[in-house]
Amino acid sequence: MRIPVWSFAAPVLLAAVGLMSCEGAGSSKQGADVRLQGAGASFPFPIYSKWFKVYSVAHQNVQIDYQSVGSGAGVKNFIDKTVDFGASDMAMKPEEIARVQGGAQLLPLTAGNIVLTYNLPGLTDLKLSREAYAGIFLGKVKKWNDPAIAKANPGAKLPGSAINVVVRADASGTTFVFTQHLSAISKEFAASPGTNDMPAWPVGTRSKGNEGVTASVQTTPGAIGYIEFGYAMTQKMPMAQLENKSGNFIAPSTASGQAAIASANLPDNLIGWVPDPPVKDAYPIATFTWLLCYKKNSDPKKAEVLRNLLLYCLTDGQKESEALGYLPLPDAVATKVKAAVQNIQ
Amino acid sequence: MPADSQISRPPSRIQIATDTAFRVLCQGFAWLALLIAVFIVLKIVIAALPAVRQYGLGFLTGRVWDPHKKVYSILPEIWGTLYSSVLALILGTAFGVAAAVFLAEGFVADYAFALLKIFKLQFHPVWGKLPRQVDNLLRNLIELLAAIPSVVYGLWGLFVVIPLVRPACHWLHAKMGWVPLFGTDLSGPGMLPAVIVLSIMILPTITAIGRGALVGVPSRLRMAAYGLGATRWETILAVTIPTASPGIFGGVVLAFGRALGETMALAMLVGNANVISASLFSPANTLAALLANAFPEASPKDVGVLMYAATALLAITLLVNAAGAYILQRTSSDPEGSKA
Repeated sequence: MRIPVWSFAAPVLLAAVGLMSCEGAGSSKQGADVRLQGAGASFPFPIYSKWFKVYSVAHQNVQIDYQSVGSGAGVKNFIDKTVDFGASDMAMKPEEIARVQGGAQLLPLTAGNIVLTYNLPGLTDLKLSREAYAGIFLGKVKKWNDPAIAKANPGAKLPGSAINVVVRADASGTTFVFTQHLSAISKEFAASPGTNDMPAWPVGTRSKGNEGVTASVQTTPGAIGYIEFGYAMTQKMPMAQLENKSGNFIAPSTASGQAAIASANLPDNLIGWVPDPPVKDAYPIATFTWLLCYKKNSDPKKAEVLRNLLLYCLTDGQKESEALGYLPLPDAVATKVKAAVQNIQ
Repeated sequence: MPADSQISRPPSRIQIATDTAFRVLCQGFAWLALLIAVFIVLKIVIAALPAVRQYGLGFLTGRVWDPHKKVYSILPEIWGTLYSSVLALILGTAFGVAAAVFLAEGFVADYAFALLKIFKLQFHPVWGKLPRQVDNLLRNLIELLAAIPSVVYGLWGLFVVIPLVRPACHWLHAKMGWVPLFGTDLSGPGMLPAVIVLSIMILPTITAIGRGALVGVPSRLRMAAYGLGATRWETILAVTIPTASPGIFGGVVLAFGRALGETMALAMLVGNANVISASLFSPANTLAALLANAFPEASPKDVGVLMYAATALLAITLLVNAAGAYILQRTSSDPEGSKA
């Protein structure tokens, strides 16, 4: 009996042809004149994708893609020039900026709070002094009825159970900002573990991403963890009131967060932090997040679209912030950033 | 017989050409698969070399991972990887081999047959097929476990397994805290939930391969055992399982490899804390989880260190597989039983 060779070879060849024809598909908007590609921080992803979607719908010839790959990867892609813009919660280090040919313009586009969420059934208005929450994340305050916590919560029924600290397992800008704040208020924390996007925490279990920390806190009685304000809001998680530099206990909100970032003294490169805002009604942990743009773009058309897009984000776009749990930029900051947009050529 | 008859006709040129082309194609793909494997290993090792030179063997024996101080070492991760895999393998083998025996010996089919017999339907053209169908259904159900995405296992572990085992863990720690296994309290994610979920994930591998090996045992061996007066259980425990053991062991080795490399579910459940503890309730970390967590935001300098960790994981997996293959070879060349 003869075995027809084609009966074996044909499927293989068909599969090969099929694979080849798959390439090149995927562009959702055919005929867009200008395509901008960005990548970076995951923290501002919800608001960026909203802005870019609204802008693309209003401008038929423009398509903007943003991949939330993380701040570190965003900076790396930006330096390697594999994207048209990057994004980072940790801004960029001076030596990183120096590696960008033609210069980099960093623009704070939005800001956010970082909150402490907890799982204590029956307790909804936990207040934490600086001594208490720095102590918790150093592993020194171990029980919920520790005097450091009880002092700020008179009358509250605090259980004698252990505090289950939950921190981020993955390297993240959120952790960087949170440890920066803890380092600012506690000398001991500054010495070790210090400010880092993935520090060696002395205590706790670690979960991946905001969603992982939230899930761990939700399912573990006596847990406490740090997450982004917008995420905590949509998940309806309880948020602790924290003692700020002036000694007031402040709940995280748009107003108290804005008070914090308004105190930032932005230098000309627009990289400014508020590790410990010295304002009486400011929530203590707030930060900007930056878009990374090239000062010299090879394609003038792209640069023009990018400038237009940024001006939209800084004006009408800011109105979207609050609903998504971000802090609208204070007017003074927005004006300064708008002026810097013109550096993009 | 004429020379151009069907039988004696030589192959045409097209047939020879397609035959050669097909052979070349197949060989090409086979070599490609090998080359890709070598390429991946080489790339990882080359990327790891700077870190290997800088940190040396201390990287494998130290206990601190602190990017702030630029101190890196992975002993807790190596410990966590091996400990979680071995525990999951013990659990998974116990349940997996039991399930394999259950499926291979057709216990369910027997029940179905007995049930049909009550209604005198056992040889009915449609109903008579039921026993075999039930067997197939069960087998497919277990193999379906392998099709569940890792992240779903992770979520299930987080929201179902951890709350489920927490009361028992509290009780064990409170009453028997002096036993090293229960030395710490469960604070959410930890070794035990990770091991439970991991053992379920490797179960289909052990069961599918184990069942294949058990079915392959010649029926005359079984008949001989029955003929000597052995009961069914005696036959299973003393004849069938020992005869099929090389095949079952092969499945266990494969499952161990899978357990070592499992990433997503473990990253979600194991607690990711750099702790070396014998306690089942303590958080721990594994190499794969460390890589998954640290890579997305790694700076170029950290990438080398992570590649070193990846090389260590590769080496461990390779060692385990090589050891498995060696033991398998030793046992299967054993004349006892298998050559009957």
